[in-house]
Amino acid sequence: MSRLRDALERGEFVVTGEIAPPLGTDLAAMRQSIETIGPYCHAINITDNQGASLHLSSLAASRIALEMGYEPIFQQTCRDRNRLALQSDLLAAWTLGLENVLIVTGDDPRSGDHPQAKGVFDLDSTQLLEVASAMNAGTDMLGRPLKGSTDFFMGAAMFPEAEPWDIQLLRAERKVEAGARFFQTQAIFDLAKLERTVAVMRPLGVKVIAGVIVLRSARAVDFINNRLAGLMVPDDIVARIKGASDVAIEAVALATEQVRAIRDIADGVHIMTLGLDSAVPQILGANQEA
Amino acid sequence: MIITQSRDWERIEADLDEIGASRVFIMGCGQCATVASTGGEKEVLEAKAKLEASGRTVTGWTIGEVTCHSGGTGLDTRKRSGDIEAAEAVLVLACGAGVQTVADAIAKPVFPGLESVFLGNVVRHGVFEERCQMCGECVLDKTAGICPVTTCPKGLLNGPCGGMWDGKCEVVVDRECTHVLIQRRLVEQGRHAQEVLSPKDYSKKLKPGSVNLREKKGGSR
Repeated sequence: MSRLRDALERGEFVVTGEIAPPLGTDLAAMRQSIETIGPYCHAINITDNQGASLHLSSLAASRIALEMGYEPIFQQTCRDRNRLALQSDLLAAWTLGLENVLIVTGDDPRSGDHPQAKGVFDLDSTQLLEVASAMNAGTDMLGRPLKGSTDFFMGAAMFPEAEPWDIQLLRAERKVEAGARFFQTQAIFDLAKLERTVAVMRPLGVKVIAGVIVLRSARAVDFINNRLAGLMVPDDIVARIKGASDVAIEAVALATEQVRAIRDIADGVHIMTLGLDSAVPQILGANQEA
Repeated sequence: MIITQSRDWERIEADLDEIGASRVFIMGCGQCATVASTGGEKEVLEAKAKLEASGRTVTGWTIGEVTCHSGGTGLDTRKRSGDIEAAEAVLVLACGAGVQTVADAIAKPVFPGLESVFLGNVVRHGVFEERCQMCGECVLDKTAGICPVTTCPKGLLNGPCGGMWDGKCEVVVDRECTHVLIQRRLVEQGRHAQEVLSPKDYSKKLKPGSVNLREKKGGSR
């Protein structure tokens, strides 16, 4: 059984991390990242052509993480595959031992490195959650019985800070109805908005894993605010990070404070290091000493 | 209407050069391409001047009444058969449907002079927006008359996606998010929130589309 599922169901505060597979076949750097953050994580998200940019597939990289002894969260976007390929890959994932799947829409190709690509979006994330739920119940999306079903622990993305809230909430509730058992959120800066999210999701029995992003450089802050969809770093945080004598140290300090606060609110934390993997133990460890 | 835009002129010149065409007949369209200011009399005369500037002879020109209409275009081209016969190529300033209708009507090589881009609403003179994909399976009954298939850049039936911020679209950042607009209009009209829409049935929109009212009462797809 999925360690992530087990921990969440037991009420343990979970930690998830995130790895982007390489552009190419050299796995050394990816393995290094997995080895660095893996020991501190219940599970590691393996992104799927992150940022609509070409990477080795999440399916293969998730299996590698599993073989290394760590638990992956296989990410599947709706951008690059039609319903045949999506179902086929879900079946493949299960046979490869991938028990956790995070189902997301995916960034538009226009924002990535292949802007000439056709965005498929044959299914949207709610529909794909429904398809995965059907597979867990033993059928494909047409209702035909599968020879061997799946038992995925399914997650979805959520955006507690993006307004309008009523529409975000409706969307999240629909994802729960479609089968999402946990949410991983975009990076959180406003804890009150995280609290209102958890307050709504807890009664539904859905776990909320709150995102923390390590704002490791001024350039990273600008990238998020100018280029990354669905996230804005508030002005006071921008000032704090950009005004620091050592931006990376300040970013780790901020992330550490955020993790500490999130422990009292959510069911887990999802750490996005932006490459500063070595900071993960510190972000979590400093917290343990407190 | 069908929205067209001018085609890269160098491609047009290259097409003509490829067959060594120095004498050209031009055909515009009196319908959509005239409204879109791409294939009316003014644009046909501009194309004529450009062809002449590059040393070609324009043997004649005409504006088809409805260039995509086989009967009308057959008549229009027969009326100008002398000028067309004198040409080595015909340049059509109409949508792709119009270009093919002309190509079927005459034996000469026919080249597209425009790019066909979308089925457009005329928002006001000279301003066109895409609102319908002609998907063959309309969802506007469920979406308060706002098409998510077309106006959501990702074409999501259920949204918003994770990039929505302050009600704005992540892809076309100055646009209102279609899914926010849909939910807001449903509420304003006192209707239920949009239900989860099922995956689209793309078998409703198989290429090539064909309707024949003569074959079967009410038509078939």
